This record gives sequence, C-alpha cells and structure tokens, in this order.
Amino acid sequence: MTSANRKLLTIITEAALESVLAKDLQRLGVQGYTITDARGRGSRGARTAAWSESSNIRVEIVCDASTAGAVAAHLQTRYYEDYAMILFVADVAVLRSEKF
Amino acid sequence: MNAVDPVLLFFLLGLAAGLLRSELRLPAAVYELVSMLLLLSIGLKGGIELGKQPVGNVALQALAVMVMGAVLPLVAFPVLRLVGRLRRADAASIAAHYGSVSVATYAVATAYFASRQIAFEAHMPFLLVVLEIPAILVGILLARGFSRDMPVGTVAHEVLLGKGIVLLVGGLLIGWAAGADGLTPMAPLFFDLFKGILALFLLEMGLITAAQFGSLRQHGVFLVLFGIGMPLFSSVVGILVGYGLGLSLGGTTMLAVLAASASYIAVPAAMRISVPQANPTLSLAVSLGVTFPFNVLVGIPLYHAMTTTAFAVLGG
Repeated sequence: MTSANRKLLTIITEAALESVLAKDLQRLGVQGYTITDARGRGSRGARTAAWSESSNIRVEIVCDASTAGAVAAHLQTRYYEDYAMILFVADVAVLRSEKF
Repeated sequence: MNAVDPVLLFFLLGLAAGLLRSELRLPAAVYELVSMLLLLSIGLKGGIELGKQPVGNVALQALAVMVMGAVLPLVAFPVLRLVGRLRRADAASIAAHYGSVSVATYAVATAYFASRQIAFEAHMPFLLVVLEIPAILVGILLARGFSRDMPVGTVAHEVLLGKGIVLLVGGLLIGWAAGADGLTPMAPLFFDLFKGILALFLLEMGLITAAQFGSLRQHGVFLVLFGIGMPLFSSVVGILVGYGLGLSLGGTTMLAVLAASASYIAVPAAMRISVPQANPTLSLAVSLGVTFPFNVLVGIPLYHAMTTTAFAVLGG
C-alpha cells in the first residue's frame, strides 16, 4: 500500500455560514469537503442545534499543506472576530494522492 | 369565552420544561417540518383569499404596510442607541427585528381569533410577507450606511430566498392558483391539523424562549423594558394604519399584532450574514425572550381590546 501525506482541516462554526463558506472554499481551490451537523459548547455559549439559529456545522477538508494554510489564513482574517468558529489541522495519510 | 387557549398551555409547558432544564426537545427535523407546515398553511389560507380581493385595494395596503415596516426600525434605532447605549450594529440589528414580523405570533393570533369567532381580512398573510422585508433592508443600512462593499447579491439571496419567505410566497401562489376547492383534498393536513401543529411548534418555542433567559439576565433591565415597550408602541402604529386603510376591527387588530411582533427567523439569518458585528445573542434574547412571550400571553388580547376601544372612539 502506497500512501501520501495530506492535511485534514476541520472547521467547526455556525450553520449560518455554510453557503458563504462553500463559496470561499471553492475559490481557494479546495477539491472537496464534508459537512455534518454539530452541536456543543464554547466561548459563545451552548450551541444546542435545537433550531437553525443555534446550529453548528463541522466541515472537514483533506488537502495539501499549502491549501490548508491558505484556507486557515482566510478564515482567520475574515470570520474569527465576528463568528463562532474554531479550526484545527491534523496530518493524515491518503491512498489516492491525486484526489486531494 | 374560554380561559386560556390550550396552545398557550403547550407554550407554557415548553417554557417550564426549559427553565427546569428538562431533557425535552423536539428533534431538529421535526421542528423544521412543523414550522414548514405552519408557513405553508398560513400562505395557502391567504392565497385563497388574495384572488378575491380587488388589486388596487391590496396594492395600497401593501404600500402602507411596507412604509410602516421601514419606519418602525427608524423609531427603534435611536432609542436603542441613545437610551440603551448599544453599539451601532446591535442597535440596527435589534431595530430590524422589531420592524419585521413573527409568523409564530401571527399563528397564535389566528388561533385566538378563531376561538372567539372574530373575522379578519383573510389575505392578511400577504401583508405579513410584505412587512417581513423592508425592515431587514433598513436595518442593514442603519448598520453599514450606504457602503460600496455591501455584498448585495448575498444579502438579496438571504432576504428573498430565505426558507420562510419561499414557503409563505409559495403557499400564497399555490392557494391563489388552486382556490378553496382545489385545496379541499389537502385540507386535513394543512387546515384541520393547524392547531395541533401549532401546539407542537409552541412547545418547542417555549423551550427556545427559556434558553434565552440566561443571556437576558446578563444584559439587564433596558432590554426587558424595550422588549415590552416597543411592541406596545408598534401596536398603536398598527392600529392607526389599519384604521386608516379602512380594515375591519379584526383586520386592524391583526395588523397591530403584526406590527408589534418581532422577527426571530428571517431577520436573524439575514443579519448574521450582512451585519456580522451584531451580537445575535442580544437580539434573540429580547425578541424571543421578552417580546414573543409578551405578545402571545398578554399582547394579543390587549391589542384586541385597544383596537375595540379605538374603533369605539373613532367611530369605526
């Protein structure tokens, strides 16, 4: 099995941002991503997902290091101040390197 | 005269369960479905009637209601800014919430009217849609001024294609095209079940309202006073506009209810995207934590009594 190293970028943020984020990610050259509904608690209080205004999403992106850096930098300048958002990056191994 | 409408008891149950930190919650998908059914049923009912109204009449009412929707936030904004000392973005966002409408409050009012057999202009849902939008635009302008970097496309998309507007307008069009006879086969779902669906919806609304109380405690007395004072003022404006337009007593009361209600779906969603600096906790705490319970529990009967008095005095 030959595998290549990529970055897994995970973003947890407000569901209200989903459509604008999708546009941003496409513009920044992200090939694909997965979005799941999420709930939890953080510095902006409990996000219970009981209804749309208190829902969170979890966006997972597997991409190369430079794209991950670009996305992280963009999100930090554009959204960190006004929105509930965290992101973290992990190293992952993928089998089909051309896909990511 | 029955004492308390049972749908309100469901609201109080949700409120109590939320305050006691019960585990109770409606699954998100069920809440979505229930609110979709409410929006569609309100739209359909209005659409059936819309076709029967003379176009000129309806256009004049729509225009008056639109102006009212733009003026109410302009009154609220300086109060929030000067008396409440809120930041510009927060004041603009809350002002927009109070210029727009709450469909849930409207739904409770229709139940109240139905149980007391008060007739009102049945095309009211059309005016509800019309009243929903101007305040959002005024709110955005109050927060950002006429800036060039405004993402007009995104904002327009958010405002005009939000879930609530699409379902209400869609319901209106389907109701208008199909007419009462055409909709008879669907009546069991959309009309007969209305109160049951409303009860479930209000149960969840009670839980959501209870969740706002925590943040309300942090933001003090001003917001509570504003959350009660503003709808009282708006209801008077609504009564004057309704009377001026020559609406019936029921229709004028309904317009007062619409004017007094504060949005908590369309406006928060639009404000989150177009005025990100505004703190959504603040506006939802006041519109959901204060104004919504005030309107459904006290406001609706109060506005009814106020309108009745106004009609007696003005000779309606």
